[in-house]
Amino acid sequence: MGKYQKTLKKMAGQKILYLMIVPCMIYTFIFSYYPLSGWIMAFQNYKPAKGYAGSTFVGLDQFMFLFEDIEFWRSVRNTLMMSVMNLAFSFVFAIVFALLLNEIKSLGLKRITQTVSYLPHFLSWIIVCSLVSNILSTNDGMLNNILMGLGLIDKPVLWLGEQKYFWWVTTFSNIWKETGWNSIIYIAAISGIDQSLYEAAELDGAGRFQKMWHVTLPGIKSTIVVLLIMNLGWVLNASFEVPYILGSGLLQDVSQTIDIFVLKYGMSIGNYSLATAAGIFKSVISLLLVFGTNAIANKLGENSLM
Amino acid sequence: MKNFWSIRIGKHRLGDLTFHLVNGIVMLFVVVVMLYPFWNTIAVSFNDAQDTLRGGITFFPRVFSTYSYKSVFKNKLMATAALNSVLRTLLSTVLGVLVGSLIAYVLSRRELVGRKFITVYFLVTMYISAGLIPNYFLIKDLGMLNKFSVYVVPGLVSVYNIVVIKSFIQSLPDSLTEAAMVDGAGHFRCYWQIVLPCCKSVLATVALWCAVGAWNQWFDTFLYASGADHLTTLQYEMMKLLSSAMQSGRDLSSIYGNGQQVANTVTPTSIRAAVTIVASVPILIVYPFLQKYFVKGVTLGATKE
Repeated sequence: MGKYQKTLKKMAGQKILYLMIVPCMIYTFIFSYYPLSGWIMAFQNYKPAKGYAGSTFVGLDQFMFLFEDIEFWRSVRNTLMMSVMNLAFSFVFAIVFALLLNEIKSLGLKRITQTVSYLPHFLSWIIVCSLVSNILSTNDGMLNNILMGLGLIDKPVLWLGEQKYFWWVTTFSNIWKETGWNSIIYIAAISGIDQSLYEAAELDGAGRFQKMWHVTLPGIKSTIVVLLIMNLGWVLNASFEVPYILGSGLLQDVSQTIDIFVLKYGMSIGNYSLATAAGIFKSVISLLLVFGTNAIANKLGENSLM
Repeated sequence: MKNFWSIRIGKHRLGDLTFHLVNGIVMLFVVVVMLYPFWNTIAVSFNDAQDTLRGGITFFPRVFSTYSYKSVFKNKLMATAALNSVLRTLLSTVLGVLVGSLIAYVLSRRELVGRKFITVYFLVTMYISAGLIPNYFLIKDLGMLNKFSVYVVPGLVSVYNIVVIKSFIQSLPDSLTEAAMVDGAGHFRCYWQIVLPCCKSVLATVALWCAVGAWNQWFDTFLYASGADHLTTLQYEMMKLLSSAMQSGRDLSSIYGNGQQVANTVTPTSIRAAVTIVASVPILIVYPFLQKYFVKGVTLGATKE
């Protein structure tokens, strides 16, 4: 029997497995692969009435137009800035929170803190934004009340009305929502560290902070790298909801991200080709980020994802 | 300095005591920061709407009233929204768990010919997405605009959930399914009767994620079903309340806060507070009970492929 016949016979014996998986693959084709054909729009002057076949082909004109548009570059800058700030601060906060929580001796306090810290993760972004706008309100908002109570400011600050605060508002909304959730994985990684390493460090006279720095952090390093790679791929997707919901007209210069740009040009203005081109630009950057970090992680000898 | 922190009080070092004190205070601070915004909203939602405009509501209602909730529940649109939210959450959760575990089971079978290709076929979709506009046209071409199916069908397969379930199945001993296969059980029976019952904990996690995702979703209503009032959801109604508040000025409360609407017994602020609670309490009641499961699930999701 030839090799192919053997394989075919084996496949025939697994027909139930294929019966289970093929419908799911067709589904995935329709919802994930087939839409990629829509990228043709970015190279056309697409008109829905004419379809892909009838619309004129314009080559890279849409991209050229995009790259000359200052509004687009502003969206790219806002996306990158908010993404980088979110990523950096959420990582640091989650790791520090995990380290500190790990030092808590009282089991009760530990458990309550953990459970409460997961709460914001389960709220929708709409609700989080609503809470944020309450806290930052100029009229009886908690933050202004506290700052005025401490005498740090004389009159309420317009946190949601001035451009210079906006990126920090999105960053801290993210930190508030996800620090507890992100720390889960680090807490698990810390509990997996070999206890004898701590004992050895203690014998060498290491103090509490030295143990954190020389034992705990290196122990969770590979977890940090894996998470960093995973998050980098999605980081550009994360910058949609808060800027869209909280960034009113006055803040547009700092709040409009690539996703909002796509939504605006595609759905409101109806320039599907330009919007798709911007979307492709974002997808390509995301992919570069994933493969780039993965390659760097490989070079550094860390466990990489792929 | 080093000697100072080493001073002993009883059998404890001064440095240790200081650390634990400071650390405990930091953790309490975290608890308050995480909890207060939500707690405060509960207080506002149970406070008389006109009284709230005076400001100063912190931990407890000053003039207790359930009127905000009554007017939310009496509102027909809100009733529709609540029903849709519940329905879409139930359907997405049940189907999401079934489809996800089915795919994970097949991908975990080492003997499957073409396993590597099929695995990559699914994994790739995690990193490449066609984007908003092509997806919109897909939904339009499939005739799902302004249909309930748009809430359930497009998000059915979550590759991340599959990865999590698959890692769990692979951690089960091989002998489990081998024995069943020897006894003549087919793959479907093996999946349904042997593997699924062993996966209860990871399926609880995935079910929670599916439920949270479906319950908290607003963007698909906004994009695909905003033309149909009968398809509105709680989160979308919340979004409308919030955006009208955001757009009617830089700051909602400074507009409604000067007491011009004295005649009304409800205010945008009080309604928004009540809807916030209605739209988040169902999940907040459930999650603490599933904590030990999802903590494990998150860890599985980050294990190497």
